[in-house]
Amino acid sequence: MASIGKIARRTFLFGTAAIAGGAAFGAWYVSRPAPMPLTSAPGRTALNPWIIIDETGVTVVAARAEMGQGVYSTLAAMAAEELDVAWDQVRVIHGPPAQAYFNGAMGGAAIPTPEYQQSAFQHRIGDWLEVIPKVFSMQITGGSTSTRDGFDKLRLAGATAREAMKEVAADRLGLRRSQLRTEGGQVIAPDGTTLAYAELAEAAAGVELGEVPLRPRSEWTLLGKTLPRLDMPAKCTGTATFGIDVRPEGLRFAALRRNPNLGAGMRGFDASAAKGMAGVEHVVELPDGVAVVATNTWLAQQAVNAIEVDWEPAPYPETTEAIFEAIEAAFDTDPNSTMRDDGDVTALPAGAQVIEASYRTPYLAHATMEPMNATVLFTGDALEIWAGNQGPVIARDRAAEAVGLDPEAVTFHTTLMGGGFGRRGEFDYVLQATHVAKAVPNVPIQLSWSREEDMSHDFYRPAALTRWRGAVADGGAVMLDGQIAGQSCSQQAITRWMGFAPGGPDKTHVEGASDQPYGVPAYRVRGHIADLAVPIGFWRSVGASGNAFGLECFMDEMAHAAGTDPIDFRLALMRGEHAPSAAVVEAVRDMSGWTGRTPDGVGRGMAFSMSFGTPVAEVIEVVQEDAGIRIARAWIAADVGVALDPGNLEAQLVGGMIYGLSAAVQGQITFAGGAVEQQQFYDYDGLRMHNTPAFEVQVLENLGHISGVGEPGTPPAAPALANALFDLTGRRARSLPLNTEFDLLV
Amino acid sequence: MATTLTINGTSHDVDLPGEVPLLWVLRDGLNMTGTKFGCGVAACGACTVHIDGEAVRSCQVALEDVWGEVTTIEGLGTPERLGRLQAAWIEHQVAQCGYCQSGQIMQAAALLAETPQPTDAEIDEAMQGNLCRCGTYPRIRAAIRAAAGMSQEG
Repeated sequence: MASIGKIARRTFLFGTAAIAGGAAFGAWYVSRPAPMPLTSAPGRTALNPWIIIDETGVTVVAARAEMGQGVYSTLAAMAAEELDVAWDQVRVIHGPPAQAYFNGAMGGAAIPTPEYQQSAFQHRIGDWLEVIPKVFSMQITGGSTSTRDGFDKLRLAGATAREAMKEVAADRLGLRRSQLRTEGGQVIAPDGTTLAYAELAEAAAGVELGEVPLRPRSEWTLLGKTLPRLDMPAKCTGTATFGIDVRPEGLRFAALRRNPNLGAGMRGFDASAAKGMAGVEHVVELPDGVAVVATNTWLAQQAVNAIEVDWEPAPYPETTEAIFEAIEAAFDTDPNSTMRDDGDVTALPAGAQVIEASYRTPYLAHATMEPMNATVLFTGDALEIWAGNQGPVIARDRAAEAVGLDPEAVTFHTTLMGGGFGRRGEFDYVLQATHVAKAVPNVPIQLSWSREEDMSHDFYRPAALTRWRGAVADGGAVMLDGQIAGQSCSQQAITRWMGFAPGGPDKTHVEGASDQPYGVPAYRVRGHIADLAVPIGFWRSVGASGNAFGLECFMDEMAHAAGTDPIDFRLALMRGEHAPSAAVVEAVRDMSGWTGRTPDGVGRGMAFSMSFGTPVAEVIEVVQEDAGIRIARAWIAADVGVALDPGNLEAQLVGGMIYGLSAAVQGQITFAGGAVEQQQFYDYDGLRMHNTPAFEVQVLENLGHISGVGEPGTPPAAPALANALFDLTGRRARSLPLNTEFDLLV
Repeated sequence: MATTLTINGTSHDVDLPGEVPLLWVLRDGLNMTGTKFGCGVAACGACTVHIDGEAVRSCQVALEDVWGEVTTIEGLGTPERLGRLQAAWIEHQVAQCGYCQSGQIMQAAALLAETPQPTDAEIDEAMQGNLCRCGTYPRIRAAIRAAAGMSQEG
């Protein structure tokens, strides 16, 4: 079977080598190349869909969307590394929706075995599975896959572009390509003659090359270093354009109200009070709500709130407790998955001590700082859309369908996003703006949600209940058996996106529990899917966000039952199973000065989780103060295989942990009368300056392949905090958020 | 009836009802989009501007109640001529999504105007009304200390 992987790899290289003729993407598809998404204009040559070179310089087309994770800059650095252009010469734009920008790494993540167990053979199969997202046009930013997906593609794009321009220069100068070198956006001959890329690019587009090798790491000048983010000056001067900031000529502003009973329709409404209000121009009925178009967003908000609406009731139980009863009942159903089934969990060695615990995690909102919004102009035969989004192909296609146009009639601009966290992989807000624009043709409409609408109409991180049973003997774990009950994100979201539910076991439902590098002799995890209509979606770190809480708190409970230090307890299970994971645990132990003992008034806890292929270990120190329990310090160790931008990696790991801590301390979405109770940042708050701990971060590179970092910092945060609170107080936290049981400083 | 506002040293005539909050006058009336909408209820600080040098939540100040000269993030500096805090923000690579940073910078500017060398407790007190969902607080603190000419340690 090894030859399959070899062929796949070679095809990939040859396919990319033929880039200039526009055949670059043949290797990425099963049988035929994807259409070229960027057409060439005179004087502006699309060498391939990732790089444009013209008289103004080099522009890297980022097929992944910038939502704060720094991908704009990291993808650009990959291309620039091979292209030999100075960092301050590089510009980045978001690519248009196009099949050629599919995210291959998302398909790789569909392999059923745990990431850390994937042998070289399975990694090659992962390459083959890249055809799956291609078929579905998954131009998606998510799953911490952007650097993993782009690492080879963008460097090859840069190298191919460079060699093609050298080929043109060699031809013009009567030299061989090997005699030329490149630097600062120029080809340089041995006698010092220089030819700027801009002079060569158009001719270079016709050049066909053989295999172009990538530079070894030892020759990197940009990658591996902390680079100033390209989007930083604009974001610090108020000049960055987010979706909510686009201002096409003649723009009108819209606000909406949707049924607070999520997913239910509207019986009718009376807008007579709204119609006479200042600035109001139109009232537009939507499938599950109503919108007002006005001269100003605030005036539209006032008017839409004056509309009387008769809503249909919720299609799910009306209270949080009734919803959790339905989740609990799922334990009595056949498991959807048994993603881990090592050894025999029913056969225990003599003298083994059995312990059990149940954990509860709530629904969570994404709560991006920029509320959902989209701007749409409908002209009868065309749509123009401006929206921050994590999946432009699907959003474009659904918007086109809604107005009866072909996708080709849509011009789609992906803007910067004021946070994504998974929320902007959905297209609901784009579709609503499209409906409003259709009702008011030839006028660009910006539909912005109020914070209340945003908080109460999310696709929430699903709530879950987890039952863990384990056994310890001789100071170590001998059995681990988990059952997880909750809704399936994948089934619901993929039904929304693709129109059908994928069958079979749902890996994401149990990830963070079933796929951890613990060599417990008997280790089983079963997932039970609760069939509920509460809207749910992908939330930063997805399944691991909640499942790591149960597993890692339970590991702590087992360690204490075994009389073993929680770090030693984990290391004993990891060392023979996955050395890089053991190394991050050792790193966090050493950097935090972990002794297993803490003075009175101080507690420490540790947790580990490997998500999206990246192992992360975190230690938290809590301190009892007069005002409450302060999260004082945090340590993070992670292994990303290849550390491309140390400064950005630190920012993502810290930010990911703060996102997880924000939820762990006070995040919960609850229901009453079918509606979400939380409406604002005062009842769904996050950590702030005064209760954020001091951080230390260490990044390791033992994995053997590159791995992403946007999400993996999040899952260990909640269990590390819960374990620290146990160390401080002697009380076990088995339910989130933690401020319901502990006097945390908020 | 038009209202006249002085924003970043320039006079603007605004033809909007007097109860429209300053935030929406800036964003939708004048296309000055550097000031951000986050919550509309003074719970996140994204819309922070200065009125006569004082940091205020522009979502809570009606047009008819604006009592002095308005300064927004655009008035603090430009990419070509950065303000002191903006330069510190870039030096410390603070922003991730960046959406809250206009408000963070305006809040920090008011802090330093009043307290040129703030303690950590004073930074906590001044900045805790400004939410950042990306979690950039450690770098915000570092940038404020740098802009104040203070060391990064305690």
